[in-house]
Amino acid sequence: MAEFLQLVFSGLTVGAVYALVALGFTLIYNASDVINFAQGDFVMIGGMGTVFLAAAGIALPLAALIAIVGAVLVGLLLHRLAIEPARGASPVALIMITIGASIFIKGVAQIVFDKQFHSLPAFSGDAPIAVGGATILPQSLWVLGVALALFVALFLFLEKTLLGKALLATAANRLAARLVGVNVTIILALAFGVSAAIGAIAGVVVTPITLTRYDVGTLFALKGFAAAMVGGMGNPLGAVVGGLLIGLLEAFGAGYISSTYKDAVAFVVILLVLFFMPRGLFGGRSVERV
Amino acid sequence: MLARVLRSRLATLLFLAAVIAVIPFLAPSAFYLRVAAVVWVFALAALGLTILMGYAGQVSLGHAGFLGIGGYAVAIGPAQFGLHPVLCLGLGAVLAGVIAYLVGRPILRLKGYYLAIATLGFGVILALVFHSESQWTGGPDGMQVARVTLFGWRLSGAANWYWVTGGALLIGAWLALNIGVSPTGRALKALHDSEVAAAGAGIDVGSRKLAAFVIAAVYAAVAGGLMAAMNGLITPDAASFMHSIELVAMVIIGGLGSVLGAVVGAAFLVVLPQALTFMHEYEQAVLGLLIMVFMILLPAGIVPTIRNWLLERLS
Repeated sequence: MAEFLQLVFSGLTVGAVYALVALGFTLIYNASDVINFAQGDFVMIGGMGTVFLAAAGIALPLAALIAIVGAVLVGLLLHRLAIEPARGASPVALIMITIGASIFIKGVAQIVFDKQFHSLPAFSGDAPIAVGGATILPQSLWVLGVALALFVALFLFLEKTLLGKALLATAANRLAARLVGVNVTIILALAFGVSAAIGAIAGVVVTPITLTRYDVGTLFALKGFAAAMVGGMGNPLGAVVGGLLIGLLEAFGAGYISSTYKDAVAFVVILLVLFFMPRGLFGGRSVERV
Repeated sequence: MLARVLRSRLATLLFLAAVIAVIPFLAPSAFYLRVAAVVWVFALAALGLTILMGYAGQVSLGHAGFLGIGGYAVAIGPAQFGLHPVLCLGLGAVLAGVIAYLVGRPILRLKGYYLAIATLGFGVILALVFHSESQWTGGPDGMQVARVTLFGWRLSGAANWYWVTGGALLIGAWLALNIGVSPTGRALKALHDSEVAAAGAGIDVGSRKLAAFVIAAVYAAVAGGLMAAMNGLITPDAASFMHSIELVAMVIIGGLGSVLGAVVGAAFLVVLPQALTFMHEYEQAVLGLLIMVFMILLPAGIVPTIRNWLLERLS
């Protein structure tokens, strides 16, 4: 039982990060029909940026803030310079553009930063907290707490603010949104910016646990993508559930079956889901789309 | 006249043969022949992918997995079972075809992004298997591939491999061109335009797509086998996600559905890193930038753009 609980804790921690990446995917996908493969690189920028700024002597919270702003700028540039000019391109072309962007960001990151693994000190110490025979790291609570706060903030933003509603309207029907006076271009840029911020924040809080390097973005992107698809593409609730599910399955797979194939779990799950429920767990129902 | 030449299959093949024949006389050193041989091998893999992506309009983001199957077949067969490398090249191709057939059935029902992520997942799983089953594959460091001897003639050296790979590419190009005008090729182009219309015209959409997937897998496996035998080494990196992306980028940059395009795309992405060795640090950034720039500014690809420009001027 203690072992089970331990796996649940680690699964939920990683799963929360996958859920955040998946949420970023969902936001951009709904607003613009683009699958952004560079989503994982926002996580990397958040983590690496904070590490290097902190190493330069800037206080950790400020370093994190600057890194997140940096990631948002990268997201906005990605939209302005790569996605906007290619409007109307085929899905495969758009995939290749964002993959190109992802390779480019990694390429620049290994020059601007370096090729080593880096970590951050845990925000509130490393003393494990005992829960029901298992232990949980304070940093895991940070990850879960920040993820929860982001979910709630995003929900409030979309439901309660005019800007959020404009984003929902653009996702529902771009032409209709334009007709009622929504500036669609700004909304799309907003989706990229918010996505980048979510990814970067995830990167900051998870770095003390998982470490970071210029190329960690790929696996985060692939697993976040798998999570988004397991939940049903375009469904924010599905993205969160999918992320947690993949995190948990990965932890159980590593704990009970074999840690060698930990990284394969997400893809086996995605293949099974696609074969048997091609629209994802929540794809069939018509739920509100972000 | 020239317009007809530009559209002719024979002219494409002759042009390719001429290029392959001329390069050895222009190359200043064996190093250039080696680079060219790598181009031919990647072009062969890209040719298969152009049948799948260009003719049939289906994407595979895990195609390097088949490259890996071909490569490891040539490595494992002789080392573990004492089989002849050439036989293993064939066995690898058959194995890749069978796996593609089994996996392709459920996968190819998916469309667009779903197909992309399913093939991607399949490729990543294959790469992980190569990475982890070290008693067979040598793990992350990969394994040596025994030198190939054919009828007592030891196949080694850049020049020999240049002709072997060039010959394989010519055969591959000839097959791809003929597949393009065969009933299967026409059916693929029809379902590319509209699956509903193709099905309405009596085309068995599912099995034709599957055929394209299997053909693409066999091309990649042969290319992977040649690559492994030529390098004398295979590592899990051959099957990596990055390699899959490079293959797709070759097809798109060269020109979707164009046989010469696959070769041009392969040449572009193989030669570029060689040309950039003096700024090795920037290699990845430049590659990413180029993929983006090409996709945005030249979505049709190099070869079709040039061809259309020529055709327009002629008419």
